[in-house]
Amino acid sequence: MALYHNQPMAHAQEPTAAPIEHRFNPYSDNGGSILAIAGTDFSVIAGDTRQSEGYNIQTRYARKVWQLTDKAVLATNGFAADGNNFVKRVKQRLEWYEHAHHKPMGLKSIARMIQTMLYGKRFFPYYVYNILGGIEEDGSGAVYSFDPVGSYEREACRAAGAAQSLIQPFLDNQIYFKNQQPEPGSQPFIPGNLPLATVLSLVVDSFTSATERHIEVGDGMEIYIVMARDRTTDDLLGEGKLQKGMEIEELGTLGEGQGERTFLVRQALKRD
Amino acid sequence: MVSKAVETPNAGFDFSNYARNEFFGQRLQGIPKATSTGTTIVGVIFGGGDSGEEPGVCLGADTRATGGPIVADKNCEKIHYLTPQIRCCGAGTAADTEFVTNLISSNLELHALSQGRPARVVTAMTMLKQYLFRYQGHVGAHLVLGGVDVTGPQLFTVHAHGSTDKLPYVTMGSGSLAAMAVFESSFKENMKREEAIALVSRAIRSGIFNDLGSGSNVDVAVITKNGTENLRNYEMPNERGLKSRNYKFRRGTTAWTKESIRSLIVSEEIKSTSGAGKDQGGVEVVPVPTGAGAGGEEGMEIDS
Repeated sequence: MALYHNQPMAHAQEPTAAPIEHRFNPYSDNGGSILAIAGTDFSVIAGDTRQSEGYNIQTRYARKVWQLTDKAVLATNGFAADGNNFVKRVKQRLEWYEHAHHKPMGLKSIARMIQTMLYGKRFFPYYVYNILGGIEEDGSGAVYSFDPVGSYEREACRAAGAAQSLIQPFLDNQIYFKNQQPEPGSQPFIPGNLPLATVLSLVVDSFTSATERHIEVGDGMEIYIVMARDRTTDDLLGEGKLQKGMEIEELGTLGEGQGERTFLVRQALKRD
Repeated sequence: MVSKAVETPNAGFDFSNYARNEFFGQRLQGIPKATSTGTTIVGVIFGGGDSGEEPGVCLGADTRATGGPIVADKNCEKIHYLTPQIRCCGAGTAADTEFVTNLISSNLELHALSQGRPARVVTAMTMLKQYLFRYQGHVGAHLVLGGVDVTGPQLFTVHAHGSTDKLPYVTMGSGSLAAMAVFESSFKENMKREEAIALVSRAIRSGIFNDLGSGSNVDVAVITKNGTENLRNYEMPNERGLKSRNYKFRRGTTAWTKESIRSLIVSEEIKSTSGAGKDQGGVEVVPVPTGAGAGGEEGMEIDS
């Protein structure tokens, strides 16, 4: 049966919708995923270390999470070249700030600065999703998440990148207790109050699970833990607190040091 | 007079669905895309010469199936059965490799029956390429075909458009370059059986670890004139570790708005009529349990 019996080769004469254009595309997607979770007096910022393009692995170790100050850590995800360059410029602005004001920039100020830097390239954006984590002036753990052109928000947790759609619903359930009814007669759930050990387990399980089901996530992960001043580190450094295969190091203070401490935990992920 | 509104072309291709598909393509966000398998599949010929071993074919495949960047199946089977002595590894659109392989397998069985002898690998190859060429590449099956027949070990690749190659070592799929790198550096003629298996699994592993479309386990099949040995999950280099937390939810975690419980078992009356349903002597009629609970009044306890 023919729909066009008077014009049997109608498809052959259809004009192309528009002239074929060949344009340079300056962006690419380098996969990977990042996430951050805020606690009452700590903040955890994590990312995997695989960098890929299409079906190729460019490197099994590329940094996506960066220590900015003693109380701020920034995770970037999306187009790796833009991410690296953006972090470079943020660090430069932080240095200028310190020269001008003789003190490091506070977390919420860094968040606002990142907004203006992103929006400054509104019509040629950094193709990067940023998550900023750290300790606020009042000593509380904080997470700020950004879109590529600077819209931002303070949250208790956020996942971004290739496996965002796998991890964020998990975090909504486990951190914000979405779709969970508290036991009758018990206290209601309050997000952002989980102990550090629980948060670390959730981060590890997020990445091992994303590695199972997303081809762009894997190889290794880096977890930065920023602790508020005078907070105990027993729940991190104590005997048997870390899971098997985890390696931890403390990152020295960058500035004068007001007592915040940053730790870096590394763990291997599957490489297939 | 008979209306000429319905006109059937009597020769050539029928493009009547073209306009319809274009229309759907505009209504939906593009024409639906089938699930495809990023894949590493390989094959080598071994034995013969002065190896002192039976000549044969060794095929290999990874076990990852993907839909875009998501892993759809972590342990699928990509080495398909064609005949007892012929296997076919499939890459490309998962459904196409499955169906084309099943179809040709059936036709080869019929062919063997009508000819009174086992079908040859070239026959399978010809049937596959003629079928695939007819569909001009739209049946997205990219195959590695291997087997042993009366002429000895045979190894082919068949591309979705219908072209074929006959070579002593072959790779296909998104991981074909990673696997071919291994073959090009290490392939030897007249390898021993164990050497061939080791080389094939190394080539597949290269795809698993270096190609994002491939992953999980190594499947191997070894075919000689004595038969086929299926080495399913020959290597499992990617087993999942333990989760660090237990995600069992407390009973009553899920909120509900209303509760209504009713028995799904309604009363049933059995009347014997004639023939097959007639009352049989010496057979005790057991009544169907009815009433409260899952299995009637004295039925099994659920959820205790």
